Amino acid sequence: MTEMILILIGAAFVNNVVLSQFLGLCPFLGVSKKTNTAAGMGFAVIFVITLASALCSLVYDFVLVPLDVEYLQTIVFILLIACLVQFVEMVIKKYSIGLYNALGVYLPLITTNCAVLGVALINVQEDYGLLKSTINGFGTAAGFTIAIIIMAGIREKSEHNDVPKAFQGSPIVLITAGLMAIAFFGFAGII
Amino acid sequence: MKMNKYLERIYNGIIKENPTFIIMLGMCPTLAVTTSGMNGIYMGLTTTVVLAMSNLFISALRKQIPDKVRIPAYIVIVASFVTIVQLLLEAYIPVLNEKLGIYIPLIVVNCIILGRAEAYAAKNSVGLSLFDGIGMGLGFTAAITIIGTIREVIGAGTIFGYKFTPASFEPVTIFVLAPGAFFVLSVLTALQNKLKAPSATNKSGTGSTGDLGCANCKSAAFCEAAGSGKGEAAVVKETPDTVSKGKEE
Repeated sequence: MTEMILILIGAAFVNNVVLSQFLGLCPFLGVSKKTNTAAGMGFAVIFVITLASALCSLVYDFVLVPLDVEYLQTIVFILLIACLVQFVEMVIKKYSIGLYNALGVYLPLITTNCAVLGVALINVQEDYGLLKSTINGFGTAAGFTIAIIIMAGIREKSEHNDVPKAFQGSPIVLITAGLMAIAFFGFAGII
Repeated sequence: MKMNKYLERIYNGIIKENPTFIIMLGMCPTLAVTTSGMNGIYMGLTTTVVLAMSNLFISALRKQIPDKVRIPAYIVIVASFVTIVQLLLEAYIPVLNEKLGIYIPLIVVNCIILGRAEAYAAKNSVGLSLFDGIGMGLGFTAAITIIGTIREVIGAGTIFGYKFTPASFEPVTIFVLAPGAFFVLSVLTALQNKLKAPSATNKSGTGSTGDLGCANCKSAAFCEAAGSGKGEAAVVKETPDTVSKGKEE
């Protein structure tokens, strides 16, 4: 049990997927202008990464390993993820139109989010089983959501600040991300 | 005269449409592996190989691949080359494989590669596509080597692993850690804004309204196609087949 909690906290804070591993930077910088869209993206990512981690772990353990073709993991995982995202989109569209309206627009963007593939590969690298993979996936995605919501909050506040001309736009966003990364170093001591 | 056309692609990739500085694609590896100049070169060259080979193949198969299933087809081609490169590195340069770790398989989702496949290789001849891949790859290599070198000089006081600073120089360690990547890229982009150089964040020359991310990404159209509209049915229908094909191999 303790190990599970450690994996969860480690994935969400200590090895934050965006700020220390640099995965999923495109949505982090692109969809962080408003807190509500950032939250929408964040929850869509939690949904997809948790499912994708579980699915990839199952396929790896019960299909790739028995067939002795572990080296095909990259190809199989990326196709699984693309499939999964489409499938999730169709299911939500059919059964919960409210959820679809909230998450729908973010789902297609997630296929090319490298955090999803990254987590699946890390799970294999660390030899996590199904349960640990799912927890690690959930923790990583939660870390992404926390980071993107904080980022959006800061950007909303700093929108009207007097930023030097050359730093307006993306440079100031990158500086903010850098400062957040320093802040997240503070979590390194808790494990 | 014919040679010029090929050289022009290389020039285009390195200077005119530099994937990192001008188009702003592939930010993840740009920030993640640039802790030293050497890492930048390694990662850049690995990406160049994948980019050139997948451009070559996609261009050669562009008349065979039906339009509806082109995106899953591209992904399979790119993923295959990434796997080949990863296995070769594992066999012959294990140190490098260890150093770049997870970022090698993640080349699959590097937007530069799918972006070039969609924007160039799918429409142009095999030779030109190959050179376009090489040019773009070298442009990417140059860019991340520059970023890596800046971080290495400030953060560790070395250049390509050789210490050149006097003993009194105290390296600013933060620059080789995660935050330094953001700071260096930020300052480089700001310099570009200042000098009014063309970039994705500085389209109209105002330099103030620019923004990173999907909106300005040239492959945004590709991402959308991958998820919605025409691409949707194709991806869903096609992928299970390809997965099982992959397994049989």
